[in-house]
Amino acid sequence: MKKLLLLVLTLAVVLAAVGCQPEKTVIDINGSDTMVNMGAALAEEFMKTNRNIEVVVSGGGSGTGIAALIDGKTDIAQSSRDIRESERTKAQARGTLHEIVVAWDGLAIAVHPSNPVKELTMAELAAIYKGELTNWNQVGGNNASIVLLSRDTTSGTHVFFKDFVLDEAEFAPATMMMPSTEAIVQELAQNTNAIGYIGLGYVRPAVAVLGLKADEASKAVVASVEAVLNHTYGLARPLFFYIIGEVKGDLKTFLDFVVSANGQKIVRDLGFVPIN
Amino acid sequence: MPYQQKLVTVAGYTVLLLTAAIFLFVAAQAWPFFREQVDLSFFTGDRWLPVSSPPTFQIKGFLVSSFMITTMAVVLGCPIGILSAVSLAELLPRHVSVLLRSVFEMTAGIPSVVWGFLGLTVIAPFVARVFNLNTGLTGFSAGLVLSVMVLPTLVSLADEALRAVPREYAEASYALGTTRWQTIWRVIVPAARGGLVAAVLLAMGRAIGETMTVLMVAGGRLTTPGSIFEPMRPITALIAAEVTNAARHSEQYHALFAAGLVLFTITLAVNAIAAAVIGGKKEAG
Repeated sequence: MKKLLLLVLTLAVVLAAVGCQPEKTVIDINGSDTMVNMGAALAEEFMKTNRNIEVVVSGGGSGTGIAALIDGKTDIAQSSRDIRESERTKAQARGTLHEIVVAWDGLAIAVHPSNPVKELTMAELAAIYKGELTNWNQVGGNNASIVLLSRDTTSGTHVFFKDFVLDEAEFAPATMMMPSTEAIVQELAQNTNAIGYIGLGYVRPAVAVLGLKADEASKAVVASVEAVLNHTYGLARPLFFYIIGEVKGDLKTFLDFVVSANGQKIVRDLGFVPIN
Repeated sequence: MPYQQKLVTVAGYTVLLLTAAIFLFVAAQAWPFFREQVDLSFFTGDRWLPVSSPPTFQIKGFLVSSFMITTMAVVLGCPIGILSAVSLAELLPRHVSVLLRSVFEMTAGIPSVVWGFLGLTVIAPFVARVFNLNTGLTGFSAGLVLSVMVLPTLVSLADEALRAVPREYAEASYALGTTRWQTIWRVIVPAARGGLVAAVLLAMGRAIGETMTVLMVAGGRLTTPGSIFEPMRPITALIAAEVTNAARHSEQYHALFAAGLVLFTITLAVNAIAAAVIGGKKEAG
C-alpha cells in the first residue's frame, strides 16, 4: 500500500513538472530518407540551445515530404531532388515556395567488395541501369548477370538518378526497387553480382565504391566529401529544404542555425558536403 | 428489448458499417482513376512508372506476384498446418498439446517486420545459395517466410474444427473395430472437412494481405515475374511503398487506391467464400 502511494505521488510530481513547462513550438520536418539522419542531428543540436522549440524529424522519401508540405502536414520538406513542376504549381497555390540548399551529397556507386570491376564511365553506368548492358563481362568483370538495385520511386535519390544518370529514360524492367538505402547496402554486402547507388553517408567497408569517369579518356574519381567539394566528382546533388509561406520566428531561427558554421559542421560530420 | 441488448446489437452492426464505409471510401478514391482509364490496360499491362512524364499505372505484375507468393505460402503451409492440427487434436497427450497450442498462439504475435528481417538476412541468402540464384530476394523466399507466418492461423482454426467433431463419431468408429489411424483419416478429418477448408481460405486471406514481409523479402521488381524464383512485388508491397509519396488527389494517389480496391475485392471474396463454407457446414450438421 505504501509502495502504491509512493508511486502515485511520484507520478503526480512528474506530471506536474511536465505540465509546468512553457508551451513549446513545434517544427515538423518530413521527407528524404537520405537526409533524415542529418535532419535529426541538426534538430538535436538546435534544441540544446533553443529549449522552447521542438523540432520533429521524420523520413519516408523526398516525394513523401513534398506531398506532406503541399497537404500542409509538415513545416519543412527535406528533399534530395528538385521539386517537380507539377508539385511547384500545387505548392504555390498555398503560398510562396522557398527553396534552400542546406548541403550537398555525393552519390556513390557501390558493388560487392569481391567484384573485379573497379570503375565505370557515366555512359556505362547509364547503359547498365537502362538494361542495355546486362552482364558484368561487358564492362570487364566476371561472366555473371548484373543485379540492379534501386531505391523506390518515393525516393528523391531514385528521381535524381533517373533524371541525371538515365537522362529521364526508364529504369530497366529487371531493376529491383528497394524500400530503403539500408536494404540496398544489405543486399550489396552479400550479393557478388549486385550494383546499387547509395548516399555518401551510407558507405561502409562491407561494400566497395566504384570510381566514375565522365568518359573513357578522363580519370576515374571515387565518391568522397573532398571530391564533391572540389567538383571533381560528377554524381553530386544539392539537398533542399522546401518551405511554404513566410519564413519568420522560430522557423527562421532554425534555418539560420542549419546554414551557420555550427550547423554545417554537423552536415560534414554525417558524411555530407557543406554548402561553402 | 433491454438497453444492454440493444447496445450489443448496435455494436454488431457497427462492424458491418465500418467495413462498408472503408470499402466505399476506397472505391470513391479509386473512382477518378477508373473514370480516366478507358481500357483494361490497368489490369493487363506491365509498366508501373509513377515518376515518369507522363506516368503509367499498370498492375498485372503485382497481381501475378501476389498470386504466386500466396499460392506458394498456402501450398507449403497447408500440409504442415493441417498435420500439426491433427496431431494437436488427436495424437499428442493432452498436456503437450495445451503447451504447443500456446506456443503457436505466441508465434502469431511476432511482428511481420521481424519475419521480414529474418527473411532478408537468413532466408534470402540461403535460398540464393541452395538454388544458385543471382539474388535471394525472390518470390520464393517471401513465400517460404509467409508459409510459416500463416501457420498460427491455419493450425488454430484447423485444430478447432477437428475438436468440434462430436466424440460419438470416433466412439462409433472404434466400436466397429477400426484402428486409431483409420478413425482419424476416415472419420474425423472428413467430418471436419468444412472447417478445414475454411481454415485454409482464411490462411490464404492472411497471406494475400501480408505487407511488410513481402516488401522486404520479395525483391521489388516491378514487372510480371516469369517464375517464382525471380524478384517481384506483390500488390500490398506496392501500396505500402508508394502511398506516402503520392500527394492527395494526384494521379498516383488515385491509381494506388485503384490497386487497393482490387486487393480489397480479392480478400473480401476469399473471406466470403470461407464464411460460406463455414455456414454451409453448420447447416449440413
